[in-house]
Amino acid sequence: MKLWPLFLTCLLALTRNPMRAALTVLGIVIGIAAVVAIMEIGEGSKKQISDSIASLGAGKIMVMGASVKTAGVSSGRAAIKASDAEILMEECSAFVINASPVVKTSAQVIVNGLNWSPETIAGGNEHYLNIESWKIAEGRGFDKSMVDNADRVCVVGRTIVKELFPDVNPIGQDIRIRDVIFKVIGVLEEKGAGHWGNDQDNSIFLPWTSIRMRLMGSPSTAVLTIAGAANKAKTNAAATFPSSSVALYPGTDLQSFTNAPHPLRTRTVNYVVAKIYDTENATPAMDAMTPVLRRHRGLKVGQLDDFEMRDSAQFSKMVTSTADTMSNLLLAVAMISLVVGGVGIMNIMMVSVTERTREIGLRMAVGARPRDIMSQFLLEAVLLCLVGGIIGILLGRLASIIVSVQNDWPVASSTSAIILSVSVAVIIGVVFGWYPAWKASRMDPIDALRHE
Amino acid sequence: MIELRNITKVYHLGEIDLPVLKGISLRIKEGEFVSLTGASGSGKSTLMNILGCLDRPSAGEFYIDGKDVAHYNENERAGLRNARIGFVFQNFNLLNRTSALENVMMPAIYALPAKSKTQIREHAIELMKLVGIDDRMDHTPSQLSGGQQQRVAIARSLINNPSILLADEPTGNLDSTTSVEVLNMFRELNRKQGITIIIVTHDPKTAAFTDRAIRMSDGLITEGVADELSIELKK
Repeated sequence: MKLWPLFLTCLLALTRNPMRAALTVLGIVIGIAAVVAIMEIGEGSKKQISDSIASLGAGKIMVMGASVKTAGVSSGRAAIKASDAEILMEECSAFVINASPVVKTSAQVIVNGLNWSPETIAGGNEHYLNIESWKIAEGRGFDKSMVDNADRVCVVGRTIVKELFPDVNPIGQDIRIRDVIFKVIGVLEEKGAGHWGNDQDNSIFLPWTSIRMRLMGSPSTAVLTIAGAANKAKTNAAATFPSSSVALYPGTDLQSFTNAPHPLRTRTVNYVVAKIYDTENATPAMDAMTPVLRRHRGLKVGQLDDFEMRDSAQFSKMVTSTADTMSNLLLAVAMISLVVGGVGIMNIMMVSVTERTREIGLRMAVGARPRDIMSQFLLEAVLLCLVGGIIGILLGRLASIIVSVQNDWPVASSTSAIILSVSVAVIIGVVFGWYPAWKASRMDPIDALRHE
Repeated sequence: MIELRNITKVYHLGEIDLPVLKGISLRIKEGEFVSLTGASGSGKSTLMNILGCLDRPSAGEFYIDGKDVAHYNENERAGLRNARIGFVFQNFNLLNRTSALENVMMPAIYALPAKSKTQIREHAIELMKLVGIDDRMDHTPSQLSGGQQQRVAIARSLINNPSILLADEPTGNLDSTTSVEVLNMFRELNRKQGITIIIVTHDPKTAAFTDRAIRMSDGLITEGVADELSIELKK
């Protein structure tokens, strides 16, 4: 038997009672629409998450001080030093592209009488902006000599430009951070909101040495001498704008500093961030970094690590898996409604088979084989589901578009949602159409013809 | 040629065995025009179902053109019905809400090897001309009179060029004038196309119209067995 007459027969049978066909299909329509809408919304949020992860920088490992406990008493976190970043670059170059110490602070900034407090004031070395996936839109970033000299330069994000330099080109302008004047040498490209809705562009980046030496109240003169930038001591912020804070402890004078040298590279930082080659799997890099850091930090065999590492992939996996769990849960609920719709199809097909007993008998009498009857009713069920599926897809898309417009949720049209829902519709048609179709094909033509 | 030898049919109703056919032997030659009569309960419907390959005998031999069809399986019988046997029913059995033309074409969609749609369509139109209702092709059964419906049914029974036409009370739902028209049509088909026609009826007038009347009573043939077969069987 060819397909066209079968197809026509089915269409005819379905159009014979359009109202019933429509109501039957409704269950499938709703189920498929729910599946499509949920998958599109899920896809959208997943995409948003992965976008924001990409903007945070993929393939990053953070090295932080672990909390140190002595006989069960916590004694704070172990220090991370700038040299930890250097050693990683030197000895783990197979895994680590580059690394940077990171120092963070928060402060009020002032430009021409405009006040603003940036979300982030962070310092790193010359690789830092690259590690954090920042791109320079205008001007330039800070280089090695600026880091070594603790130059008073900074790079600002878009929000800072908007708030503090509304009318002027920020490049070359002065910005006052906690009474120290810095020169803006670069503007960053926009990144948008971060994971937690924070404004990533509301940031100022400086050489970490500048934060450490100039903004955090260190014995800058001495350090700068060691850093080989004594000539800049005259312009030191503390001298220019005397800080109102009272030093609780006497500062280190040059004499004592010379007696106990405290070179730049051994200064503590908040953490060290390293960019690695493998963005997917950070484990090998971490395995290579651990012994290097242990040796560098003078840990003995048997001693616990006094640092901990966290990779961005781990973090992103955590966030995406939460989103995945949520959308899978919703998908399961939608699937249940599809099954309910399938039972509706089965019910109507049973009624249809009973109603058309004589037709079945006649078809069998004139030579339809049981499998011809079977395929006719099966195709009818599948056709119902398929039509329902197509309407459902359109409705689901509509729903997801409405949701995205109304609630400003991200949605992404997902081909896999369409493929999935169409195949689910067909499978439901086959599964729930099977029994009625089988029943029809088992009929005895003599009895069926006599049926009233 | 149709040949039945000692066909029995027993229905099992729970514990009780109900013999309906008690040993039917019958031979219908190609191109014959016969009727099968008998009171209700005589087993003529059962015999007709067996002749039409809708049912299988409990025992006995059944040949159509020398082929042992008693042991055909379901699919083989369906194929045989489709290719060799045309059915005409008392209540026409047309598909509702389906045009007369589509009704005529219907059996051809199950034919093997499959024919093209245009081929089937052309043949169906030809047949509708033959039975004289080609002006009603797009009408649905509800828009047709009983006589017209039966003509559509006859056209349908001929769509696969069967060699046997089995009519179950074809005039039962028709008035006398239409009945005569329909019977004349059967005769015409028999004479001109050489189709073997078997009419099952309880009406003696209809039976008289045919060339040979086979009478049944209580599961046995009482009249109308071809002579040479009786002789053969007696040997």
